[in-house]
Amino acid sequence: MHRIDCPWCGPRDEAEFAYRGDATVRRPAHDAGIDAFYDYVYTRANPRGWHTEWWHHAGGCRQFVKVVRHTMTHEIAGTGKAGDSLPVPAE
Amino acid sequence: MTRYSAFGLLTKALGGHAGWGRAWRDPAPKPSYDVIIIGGGGHGLASAYYLAKEHGITNVAVLEKGPIGLGNTGRNTTIVRSNYLLPENNHFYEWSLKLWEGLEQDLNFNVMMSQRGVLNLFHSDAQKHAAARRGNSMRLIGVDAELLDREQVRAMVPLLDFDNARFPVMGGLLQRRGGTARHDAVAWGFARAADRLGVDIIQHCEVTGIRREGGRVTGVETTRGPIAAGKVGMAVAGNTSRVAAMAGLRLPIESHVLQAFVTEGLKPLVDTVVTFGAGHFYISQSDKGGLVFGGDLDGYNSYAQRGTLQMVEHVFAAGVSMMPCLSRLRVLRQWGGVMDMTMDGSPLICRTPVEGLYLNGGWCYGGFKATPGSGWCFAHTIAKDEPHRLNASMTIERFRDGRLMDERGVGPWPWAQ
Ligand SMILES: Cc1cc2nc3c(=O)[nH]c(=O)nc-3n(C[C@H](O)[C@H](O)[C@H](O)COP(=O)(O)OP(=O)(O)OC[C@H]3O[C@@H](n4cnc5c(N)ncnc54)[C@H](O)[C@@H]3O)c2cc1C
Ligand SMILES: [Zn+2]
Repeated sequence: MHRIDCPWCGPRDEAEFAYRGDATVRRPAHDAGIDAFYDYVYTRANPRGWHTEWWHHAGGCRQFVKVVRHTMTHEIAGTGKAGDSLPVPAE
Repeated sequence: MTRYSAFGLLTKALGGHAGWGRAWRDPAPKPSYDVIIIGGGGHGLASAYYLAKEHGITNVAVLEKGPIGLGNTGRNTTIVRSNYLLPENNHFYEWSLKLWEGLEQDLNFNVMMSQRGVLNLFHSDAQKHAAARRGNSMRLIGVDAELLDREQVRAMVPLLDFDNARFPVMGGLLQRRGGTARHDAVAWGFARAADRLGVDIIQHCEVTGIRREGGRVTGVETTRGPIAAGKVGMAVAGNTSRVAAMAGLRLPIESHVLQAFVTEGLKPLVDTVVTFGAGHFYISQSDKGGLVFGGDLDGYNSYAQRGTLQMVEHVFAAGVSMMPCLSRLRVLRQWGGVMDMTMDGSPLICRTPVEGLYLNGGWCYGGFKATPGSGWCFAHTIAKDEPHRLNASMTIERFRDGRLMDERGVGPWPWAQ
């Protein structure tokens, strides 16, 4: 079970959150072309290791929380607000 | 290697089952092969078998990092069916089901294929219409499908909660030719049959790199040294992104965990496969008597082969809403597997931008039923360097070109597929 530290509400149970995927993808400029949009919408690094991702606090404050989580151990290294840049630990 | 037969079984039984011998060899890797398949799950082993059997390519190795068949092949709920809506999927899965129907004779191995039927329940008018549409789509291409009303469902599975206040059972879509098979036996059967045709099955040999020269594959690096190859096929399920990254590829895939469960053994209770229409839950009964069931993905990226308790609770709640009698049972075992979820929920059997490198992956939570068909199509694609018409649309490029195969119509969210 994950316990996610929401910057607004404090530590909360995973059950209150909706997962929203990889937080490192960036929407390209509108004229960036098909390949850039293909990458943005579809391709993912999908690491076995630290992953920076969105968890929407849907059953709480309804803010988007940025989380750095390990996809093998499920350990959480840090959480923050959408604009924060969170340090990613070395493997 | 001797053929298995009833007579052989009898004589071995009289001899106290001594002297069965190995089912496949344990060769050391050769310096070079015509084709290397990475991943000794059902798909990799089936691919090697059909390369040898259908295309006469026998200088083949299957490289498996652990023992064969302990990935998703040995972790799934063993449901086999071909009840898809989209024609591209349905033609492919129907061919796979036809191969299943003759698989035991073909492999000379008992995979315990049991065509006990797969019944998808519906609980609203809208769901009934969707089921009828899917059934019609199946029948149009010659696949069996029957729309059952409530009383016909009751005759098959009397212990459902027919009058559930929120989700009354209104009927079901039945595919009688669907059913279950023994998952481990599928890996072992393909391994033994491929080995007989000359394929080297090399266990405890992890691929750590993919060698390339001028945009072409030349072999692989492994924990047992480098091995050269003319062609390399990947069939590594949950590890698809990691192995493809060894050749510089970035794919429309995320790895997610799916859990499954088995209860204590019972007298016969469910003699078909039933899926709930109002939540993600599916159930069948194994020959040992345990009820085997599963639900939805945990819903976050994971390589952990284990899930969290929230989903356990969710699956049990769905199960008890569908069949209240389950509430008294004890669950004996629970486990997880890592799904290679694509962005449209459909698989990939295709060439890649690297010449001589082929991809079999993106099986999501439904690839067990695909095992023979997937191996058959992947072998064709590798041998001929072009897809068979059955897998022609299962490419990576379909995402870029806007030709998705989104069976559920949920959009590019792998955790929602
Ligand atoms: C809980 C659960 C329930 C499921 N239920 C069903 C179901 O009812 N019906 C259905 O049709 N499907 C079901 N599935 C899906 C199905 O199990 C898979 O799609 C299918 O088994 C995939 O087979 P595979 O051979 O591709 O993968 P696997 O059996 O996972 O084989 C891949 C192999 O590659 C090996 N490997 C990985 N990386 C490397 C490397 N670098 N070097 C060497 N080897 C490597 C792994 O060790 C593994 O043995 C379920 C899956 C799970 C987890
Ligand atoms: Zn919050």
